[in-house]
Amino acid sequence: MLKKRTRDDAEIPMSSLADIAFLLLVFFLVVTTIDVDTGIGLILPPIPDDIEPPPVRERNLMNILVNAQGMVLINEQPAAIANVRDQVKRFIDNHGADPELSESPDDAIVSIKTDRRTPYNVYIDMLDEVMGAYEELRHEASMERFGVPFSSLEQGSERRAEIQEMYPKKISIAEPDEG
Amino acid sequence: MSKFQKKQAKTKQSVPTSAMPDVVFMLLIFFMVTTVLREVELQVQIDYTAAENIEKIEQKRLVSYVYIGPERLGGGRIGETRVQIDDALVDDIGAIRNIMYDKLLEQPRLIVSLRVDRDSEFGIITDVQQELRHAGTLRINYSTRRQM
Repeated sequence: MLKKRTRDDAEIPMSSLADIAFLLLVFFLVVTTIDVDTGIGLILPPIPDDIEPPPVRERNLMNILVNAQGMVLINEQPAAIANVRDQVKRFIDNHGADPELSESPDDAIVSIKTDRRTPYNVYIDMLDEVMGAYEELRHEASMERFGVPFSSLEQGSERRAEIQEMYPKKISIAEPDEG
Repeated sequence: MSKFQKKQAKTKQSVPTSAMPDVVFMLLIFFMVTTVLREVELQVQIDYTAAENIEKIEQKRLVSYVYIGPERLGGGRIGETRVQIDDALVDDIGAIRNIMYDKLLEQPRLIVSLRVDRDSEFGIITDVQQELRHAGTLRINYSTRRQM
């Protein structure tokens, strides 16, 4: 009489697990945007605490001015944006040869000045050229030293730091004139 | 002929599917971890410029965005150039330094990504940059597309 009741297996059905997981997977697949953020990185100078900036010799400073019409002046000489890269390269990589250009890549400072009405895309094009000049110089130095392109050197590696130290990016963004 | 048929019949023809949920879960976890759901609703119109010498920002969590462009007024019309941070338009440029300073306290290695419309004038960007300097958020990034 006291026969044990046979119970059903106390198991959760697992067959639909895959379906549920797929559903969630599809949701996350659709929602994810794998757009990598790309752009031109820059470090702004801190606000000066009434400290005079150290004097810079004129030959070590390259003044690039972009005016409201999007025209470029390099050291008061008009220039085309396509020529900026070559001029910047010559200026940085002078090593004291030409008395008009920089003494060493470490001393060279590229100063960019704009007008308040300068179009943004002209400014970016110009900054792109300056960055390109540094990138080319670093690439050449890397090829000469290690025989590999600069872009293949690992982030944070000693070799990369060495090349970066050879050609430090010294770019100054001057405050524009009012007007 | 009949011999061949016999041989075929002996082999199992089903792919084992018991490991499928594991595989699916692995993919699921990958996408859950990489997804950033916080995507703001843009109130300004931005058409990015293109550049060649660009770098990637690997750590998306460090990035805070500042959007600058003409305001969307609805009906396809656009208005004055405005600044948007997170979900709101900034009325007073001077307020940016406080907003960014708070963000910097939260994330000391903050990178500010400036997403600027290509036809903006540089004056407003200078104002924003001055504010960023006051806030102490010095690492910036001009967001651009890769030039084809």
